[in-house]
Amino acid sequence: MEQKERILKMYEMMYLIRKYEERVNSLFLQGILPGTIHQSLGQEACAVGMLFDLEANDYVVSTHRPAGHALAKGVPLRSMMAEMFGKSTGCCRGKGGSMHVGDIRVGMPPAIAIVGGGLPIAVGLGLACKMKGTDRVVICFFGDGASNEGAFHEALNGAAIWNLPVIFACENNLYAASTRVDKVMKIEHIAERASAYGIPSRIVDGMDVLKVNEEARMAIERARNGKGPTLLELKTYRFCGHSRTDSCRYRDKKEEEHWRSRDPIHNLRSHILQEHIADEESLQVLENQVLEDIEESVQYALSSPDPEPEEALKHVFYGE
Amino acid sequence: MPNKTVTYAEAIREALREEMRRDPAVFLIGEDIGVYGGAFGVTQGLIEEFGEERVIDTPISEAAIAGAAIGASLVGMRPVAEIMFFDFMTLCADQVVNQAAKIRFMFGGKAKVPMVLRSPVGSGTGAAGHHSGSLESWFTHIPGLKVVAPATPYDAKGLLKSAIRDDNPVLFVEHKLLYRTKGEIPEEDYQIPIGKGEIKHQGKDVTLIAYSIMVPRSLEAAKILAQQGIEAEVLDLRSLRPLDEELILQSVRKTNRAMVIYEPSKFGAFGAEIAALIMEKAFDYLDAPVIRLGGEEMPPPYNPNLEKKLVPQVEDIVRSVREMVI
Repeated sequence: MEQKERILKMYEMMYLIRKYEERVNSLFLQGILPGTIHQSLGQEACAVGMLFDLEANDYVVSTHRPAGHALAKGVPLRSMMAEMFGKSTGCCRGKGGSMHVGDIRVGMPPAIAIVGGGLPIAVGLGLACKMKGTDRVVICFFGDGASNEGAFHEALNGAAIWNLPVIFACENNLYAASTRVDKVMKIEHIAERASAYGIPSRIVDGMDVLKVNEEARMAIERARNGKGPTLLELKTYRFCGHSRTDSCRYRDKKEEEHWRSRDPIHNLRSHILQEHIADEESLQVLENQVLEDIEESVQYALSSPDPEPEEALKHVFYGE
Repeated sequence: MPNKTVTYAEAIREALREEMRRDPAVFLIGEDIGVYGGAFGVTQGLIEEFGEERVIDTPISEAAIAGAAIGASLVGMRPVAEIMFFDFMTLCADQVVNQAAKIRFMFGGKAKVPMVLRSPVGSGTGAAGHHSGSLESWFTHIPGLKVVAPATPYDAKGLLKSAIRDDNPVLFVEHKLLYRTKGEIPEEDYQIPIGKGEIKHQGKDVTLIAYSIMVPRSLEAAKILAQQGIEAEVLDLRSLRPLDEELILQSVRKTNRAMVIYEPSKFGAFGAEIAALIMEKAFDYLDAPVIRLGGEEMPPPYNPNLEKKLVPQVEDIVRSVREMVI
């Protein structure tokens, strides 16, 4: 794929994630959707930059904030939206909801919503890739908060000593729920932690999809060639609260403005126009198509059946 | 085919070896399971046959062990993980309880987690508070986990084979005091189905419901009781979840008395579940309240005499049955 085409595809995916999250948020605010949401507005460049060059048979492990990762990995939009509605056509048949989306057919096990809980599982996926003699790789997303969990330590050490094809992608959005990272860490960069395991690491501008993608490709290449894990720390920011009810009283408004000025989607759009990768009109066509697709997915979800009550007890055990 | 006599540990090792030969997806992962052969020698000799790619020594990282097993099982492997002492299950509880048990359900049935977690429970080795725990009851509370706890070499081998071939996460509860006990197993391949108990000794006066180490103790007690004119039936649950309800109810309907005997501290442990089951489904058959003979309410102590007091012994079973029956 030509670079121009790649950039447009990345833009399209980031725009989809942004608009999907906004639409889901409005559905929640209208009281149409049950449960809660943890959204990734502002962090789209991390998901898209990291996952753009993965193959369908590579794996991604995600978190309680998984929508961007799932869409970027190729989980069908309709099945995502239907899952938000708890419908039987959802990617988890209505049993997982917003925090557990995934689709094993496109290489995404259900998102793991225990902070840090996905990291050891990513090690297991990487171990299987290696034991089977494949060149598949695993990208494991986690947040700044997860790097304070014991599971982080065990997983990174395990991936290092077994030289596994796992790329640890830390989306450092500065806040673990409401707790600012500098309050719970004596180092400035989570990337520094990698040296404790003998893992190479990079600090990456998580608001710039092209920079994220460049680093991701190098890490993927390393992993595919048997050179082991990499830790990428993506400096990013969520433009929304931690969860549905969070009004972000703990964040400085100036800080928020600063990061909003670095909006990865807005900036990529400007870049596309400036560099004549596409013109305004064709971008609008692309954007309108995304919006149409999202509305179509909402209609699909609305017209999908709820799971039958007897579905409740199914899928606890295999073979029952 | 002729039978042979093996220890409980050897029976487990045979199951591991045969399953690893049969299926290249089966591998072992745990602490000191390679050249060292495991803390209780169960995996001795396996690294020599299968190499360090399939007998993976790990750092002291229980969450990584369990997590690695889960991740690998999601994509077609069949890991058998060893957690060196059951007390250490607390260190991988998130992986076992929140991940292994729930992934299939949360995913609407679109994935499976065919893994086994082996770990020894039990006091009686003087290992005190952090290496003598019997925490199996906790895990029977988790929908999505299967829990088995064999008492004999024959059952251990057959159940482990079933566990490895099962497409669900299975906790395989071993007991330290059973590792050196001996029993007969056949030369040929066999499996014990998960979820099926067994009457290990017939009787008509009372049913002693036990699993793991409490099965040989109950059998011993039954012998003594027989000399005193009390015929105790010994029911070995073998699987705690799924539970062989029908076998329990059949036996109780016959004997009209039931005592549940188990090592974990009595309060809130698995024996209460059995007692409640009998109350709900065989109440009219009971001639006496169901008795729970469980462990004392204390952490495992070091001193051998104190340690003995922690857990029901043969004489405790005999005494309690006599009080109940006479």
